[in-house]
Amino acid sequence: MFKNKTARQNAITYGIILAAMAVMLPMQMGGHLSSSLSGLLVPFCYYAILAVSLNLTVGILGELSLGHAGFMCVGAFTSAFFTKFTADIIANSYVRFFLGLLIGIAFSALIGFLIGIPVLRLKGDYLAIVTLAFGEIIKNLVNVLYIGKDSRGVHFSMKDSISLHLEPEGTVIVAGPQGITGIDRTSSFLIGGILLLAAVFIVLRLIQSRDGRAIMSIRDNRIAAESIGINVTKYKLLAFTVSAALAGMGGVLYAHNLATLTATSKNFGFNMSVMILVYVVLGGIGNIRGSVIAPVVLNLLLDYVLRKLQMLGSNPVLQFMSDNRMLIYAIVLIVIMIMTWSPKMIARREALFNRGRKEE
Amino acid sequence: MPMLEVKNLGISFGGLRAVNEFNLSVEKGQLYGLIGPNGAGKTTVFNLLTGVYQPDSGVIRLDGEDITGRKTIDISKAGIARTFQNIRLFGKLSVLDNVKAGMHNKHPYPPLAGIFHTPAWKRTEDEMTEKALKLLEVFDLKDDHEYLASNLPYGKQRKLEIARALATDPKLLLLDEPAAGMNPQETKSLMDMIRFVRDEFGMTILLIEHDMKLVSGICEGLTVLNFGEVLAQGETGSVLANPAVITAYLGE
Repeated sequence: MFKNKTARQNAITYGIILAAMAVMLPMQMGGHLSSSLSGLLVPFCYYAILAVSLNLTVGILGELSLGHAGFMCVGAFTSAFFTKFTADIIANSYVRFFLGLLIGIAFSALIGFLIGIPVLRLKGDYLAIVTLAFGEIIKNLVNVLYIGKDSRGVHFSMKDSISLHLEPEGTVIVAGPQGITGIDRTSSFLIGGILLLAAVFIVLRLIQSRDGRAIMSIRDNRIAAESIGINVTKYKLLAFTVSAALAGMGGVLYAHNLATLTATSKNFGFNMSVMILVYVVLGGIGNIRGSVIAPVVLNLLLDYVLRKLQMLGSNPVLQFMSDNRMLIYAIVLIVIMIMTWSPKMIARREALFNRGRKEE
Repeated sequence: MPMLEVKNLGISFGGLRAVNEFNLSVEKGQLYGLIGPNGAGKTTVFNLLTGVYQPDSGVIRLDGEDITGRKTIDISKAGIARTFQNIRLFGKLSVLDNVKAGMHNKHPYPPLAGIFHTPAWKRTEDEMTEKALKLLEVFDLKDDHEYLASNLPYGKQRKLEIARALATDPKLLLLDEPAAGMNPQETKSLMDMIRFVRDEFGMTILLIEHDMKLVSGICEGLTVLNFGEVLAQGETGSVLANPAVITAYLGE
């Protein structure tokens, strides 16, 4: 049915997402889902989008980025700012969301591009450390940002909302650490699913294009890539920018799933960046389908199933697990790394695999 | 006009004069060898020719065009392709994609064409695949085109590197120790292949090699480097008979 192996593999990936949507959407609309599970559907989508976008940097470009939540933050705040700002100008909330989506993606792409210029000169650990720093900078900048509007126009301050000198009927849109309140909760599982499909589509198509080949050739051997005339800087920036843009898309979905958007270290800080990285590693570095599945599985296990089990009876182990999710993630990360990359495990796996083959 | 003309090329690393007053002239379609003891500066010459290092002095002309001081990617676009002493393939790409990556600059399509799969994308990609498979057939790699490059055996990896270099459609091919690590039989078939590439593609080839059998077997001209300086230069037979060359290789 399909021309080659990759086409078939991609069709499976799209199929998984579409099947999940086909099953969950009618159930959600018919009210057959518990509210706790229903509330997890949109997070599944944005976590998967973020994992897919980070996989483009980590798995395809081959550079470790620890500031991915920063780009998500840019997308979330620029789009939420736009949808709130235009609330009384554009009546239809879906039109507003769509325009906000485009703006969120454009801004995070721009920030990704600008940060990429200095960051991509570095390699390996150094690059990771600097992306981490930029991620934190974005989060902290947003926390001191105050923007308000009144009849005289838009006011801007980095101090507090009083320094905006708004007229009495003016409104504060971004209030520093209090963030943006009263966002329309436009995000739905349908929109999330469509955006996830779009993200997967863009990344998979990019990988199989001439540009993707160039990006992966840089990952595999930079010197050889240069020797055959591939512009290393250009393609590194391209991959980094697309990755940031898609993270911004995840941020837009995230922002419009909440009534109040604030930038804390929990949602846009280092923890979030590492969590996305855990999804990528768990799903397989360079494996896009894995990045779609891993966040769903992890969240389902550590959020939904854990909560259900706790309802059955209080248990100190379960309590500990739900209180220390980051610790669980860290342990999962360590186990996965040892299982997949330690030489002894590789040897053991190969021995097992070969024995299975002989029996056939 | 020679295909490659190098005049008074030189570079220093700190206090060390790695290459000094290097002159070379390779005619179009010639198979030319660059030999010398370990550390003589052969690979440094390759790195100077391909823009990995910038020379302190001298001029490099490719087909009459001055390419001195250009960046690696511009030199690739100008028409020099190379292989590496320690193989540098794109290990996690398929054999076919390694060759297609080599065609990157010669077969462009608009940036979004690959996302939306426009007719231009389809036409270009099909064209590249067809060309790449033809090239792989020459190197006896067609049956392996779906494998990852890192899974190929050593000898085939060497061949694939040459195929990838040829995919850039170069005027001049630089081979850095193509026979390194090969047994006599493999070396023999490599010699036939290099000769075939020259005849089939009308390629000008400059190669670095330690294997004297290979050098005396296929090279029409030779330059011997020793301590960064040209020791002898000319037609292969006479250079190899030169007492200074024998001394440099075998000692007093």
